[in-house]
Amino acid sequence: MTLRPINFTLNGQAVSTAIEPHRNLVELLQRFDLLGARESCGQGLCGCCTVLVDDVAVSGCLYFAVWADGKCITTVEHLDADGALSTVQEAFIACGAFQCGFCTPGFVLMTQQLLKANPAPSDDDIRHYFAGNLCRCGTYPEIVEAVKRAARA
Amino acid sequence: MKQVGRDIPRLELRAKVTGRADYTHHLRLPGMLYGKVFRSTVPHGRIRSIDTTAAQALAGVHRVITGEDIRKLIPEPYYGPAFHDQPILALDKVRHVGEPVAVVLASDPHIAEQGVQLISAEYEELPAVYDEVEAMQPDILVHDVLRPAGTFADLKHLKGRGGTNVALDYHLRRGDVDKSMAGAEYVFEHTFKTQQCLHLAFEPFVSVAEPGDERLTIYTANQSPSFVRIEIARLFGWPENRVRVKVPYLGGGFGGKLYIKLEALVAALSIMVRRPVKIALTMEEQFYMITKHATTFRIKSGVSKDGRVVARACEVFWNGGAYADIGPRVAQKSGFTAAGPYDIEHVSIDSYEIYTNRTPAGALRGFGVPQLVWAYECHTDLIARELGIDPVAFRRKNLLRNGRPQATGTVLQDAAIAQVLDAVVARMGWNAPFDRGSGTMRRGRGIAIGFKAVISPTTSVAMVNISADGSTTIYCSTVDVGQGSGTAFALIAAEVLDIEAEAIRVVNPDTDITPYDMGTLGSRSLFHMGNAVRLAAEDARGKLRALAAEAGLPEGTNYPPAEIFKKRYGMQAGNVIGTASYVPTYNAPDAKTGQSDNVTPFWMVGGSGVEVEVDTETGKVRVLRLINAADCGKPINPGVARTQLSGAAIMQLGFTLSEAMQLDGGQVTNASLADYKIPGIGDIPPMENELVDAEQHSGPFGAKGLGESGTFGVSPAIANAIHDAVGVRIMELPITAEAVLRALRANAGRPLDDE
Repeated sequence: MTLRPINFTLNGQAVSTAIEPHRNLVELLQRFDLLGARESCGQGLCGCCTVLVDDVAVSGCLYFAVWADGKCITTVEHLDADGALSTVQEAFIACGAFQCGFCTPGFVLMTQQLLKANPAPSDDDIRHYFAGNLCRCGTYPEIVEAVKRAARA
Repeated sequence: MKQVGRDIPRLELRAKVTGRADYTHHLRLPGMLYGKVFRSTVPHGRIRSIDTTAAQALAGVHRVITGEDIRKLIPEPYYGPAFHDQPILALDKVRHVGEPVAVVLASDPHIAEQGVQLISAEYEELPAVYDEVEAMQPDILVHDVLRPAGTFADLKHLKGRGGTNVALDYHLRRGDVDKSMAGAEYVFEHTFKTQQCLHLAFEPFVSVAEPGDERLTIYTANQSPSFVRIEIARLFGWPENRVRVKVPYLGGGFGGKLYIKLEALVAALSIMVRRPVKIALTMEEQFYMITKHATTFRIKSGVSKDGRVVARACEVFWNGGAYADIGPRVAQKSGFTAAGPYDIEHVSIDSYEIYTNRTPAGALRGFGVPQLVWAYECHTDLIARELGIDPVAFRRKNLLRNGRPQATGTVLQDAAIAQVLDAVVARMGWNAPFDRGSGTMRRGRGIAIGFKAVISPTTSVAMVNISADGSTTIYCSTVDVGQGSGTAFALIAAEVLDIEAEAIRVVNPDTDITPYDMGTLGSRSLFHMGNAVRLAAEDARGKLRALAAEAGLPEGTNYPPAEIFKKRYGMQAGNVIGTASYVPTYNAPDAKTGQSDNVTPFWMVGGSGVEVEVDTETGKVRVLRLINAADCGKPINPGVARTQLSGAAIMQLGFTLSEAMQLDGGQVTNASLADYKIPGIGDIPPMENELVDAEQHSGPFGAKGLGESGTFGVSPAIANAIHDAVGVRIMELPITAEAVLRALRANAGRPLDDE
């Protein structure tokens, strides 16, 4: 399969690579040792592979790697780039809003997005916004609390 | 207590919120090959031929391997915790759709996948059996002969038994059920069913094997690393110390990632090709790995005029699928409590683990108990309604209380059954007025309670290491699947050593380093490993005192550990290692009567209360309120414990209202998250979760396990509430809108047509 060269911004840094057209964004990120976006359901339903592309949340499992060309890609690893946890990450810890942690990066990134668009979401706003993120451990009540805590912070 | 009972966040929290937590899912090794599995398309058949030529010829394919190739490496390549019945790759026969038949290895998983598409196999198809009750007849045999593993003494008698699909039959006899039933004022009999569903962890099954000189390292998403080591060593005829099993954090387990799953396969492949091999399943493939038993439960009770249950007969049929996995133990161990948490003088229990041509069934958050509670708590409610007694009052009248013998003959101790019932009832406001709705929207309430005996006897071993600067590390093979076990052990060791739990490090399982543990299953870890950690910390504390004496420090003084080491060794050097093994006492039940004075080291208790609203035009059920209460003794880390309780109830909510594997000719037709609906954030009702004030006197600082208790009451409480709302009884899970609408229409004399 032919390699296609791509240039994009990854967590604030300009990068270049070449990749086959059938690979998805999760596979691309693995090459940069960014493992926070994880392919789980492979259908864009669970949200474990959430990545921000030009500040819009996408399912990395359904997003072709070559589409990243010219884009600005942000992953969960960027949130504590300065060494300090983000407000959202602190809130997830304070509320115990995870168990196994496999889906957590997706929820954390989506919370950042939600609070940017809606700084004081209601419970209904939160439930609506997270329709595309699933947690098999069932820590949803704690996640709702964490989002509200982060909103207050 | 300074440490235990404190609410502290999990020790691994930072790694989890930053996306840097270590999962096997991520592992890549130099030279690693990816394996993709070619699976059976027929439910039952003899393998005539497997054509791998085209796959082998595909550019980039390293090698294609079938069951016969594995048999050349391992003459008897059958594995399993209870029975050695499961071939590493199918041999001679296939027994369920999706059974692994061949593996394609390539450096690129996409090429391996492409190779799989090029394999073809021919089968001589055999008739298949899917229903557990039908499979009780020996017309279609899934296995010719039973192959018990010998691991469990009480399964040995099954060796060589043939002509049956019954892998295990468990029986309990207490009193004289027939006589008592015949003399009872009322007799009630019902049959309840549950569906096949599955764990569906978000980190799908994944294992990696790395061969070395006279060594094999397995990195795996598994809940029982010690068992993996023992079983792999047995398959190859090696000593245990040739096999190293490492388990980082798990992306969910729920009883799915137990015993051996992909480990034997990657081990064999890596030895054959002399390179690391990784197999990672897709979400779809998980539907063909391990599931939760579908069941049929016939329950019959004799009740006296004054509302006492005097006799109960239970017959439970467990649909075990094509391979035993831990199913026989599920049928047996859950059988202990199949009659429910009631004080009944005459009890009979017959529990059957049955092979069928479905995906194998194992343990899923309750080791069979949720299926049983579903039946006995619906049954209990029906009796109360029929007799016109309040369901709470009826339960209280019949409740099993501490100091009374349970059906096995074991006297109940430290089981807060009454407190759990009281907590649910109090939060429900059971005696307060209740809005029952109107028109087409009707409301109802229901409760249910259940209990469980822990799997016994099982062993846990722990080491507590105090380094020369006083910093402390716990080594144990309990797997942190998200339940916060490591944090709980840190709190326990910290309490003994009088240090801060947050400063303790807990090493993830690595069988070269961490000692034996039976497995992270059945809510056993906090009690068993918790006791082992407590004892190991006490051992370390004693050794530290001895070191102080050797150093000439006066007895009874409280020198910091760092000073003791420095004084003894003249510099920052040395360490103290405390060790301990914990195995509770146990008396095996009598083979014929199931009687024993000691079947479990502790009892788990859980209960739920719900309020529902039913739309009588559509059958749609909305849970308005869900209350869960459980007895976990004295909680070690209360916040994390409440999340365990809540998470278990939410999981059971899915098994109650939506989750079901749909089969067509043995093929799962909804094998994806799109078609198999698990609870999402919008499905969660307002919840209250309560840990009742209780103490497990034999537990570490009064604590015991909790991982499963939240699942017990949810399903029957919902069915009971629906009955309360609209007067219809659902006898089978899941309770879909269609099922409720059908029941409503049948009740109104206007049944819907089938399909």
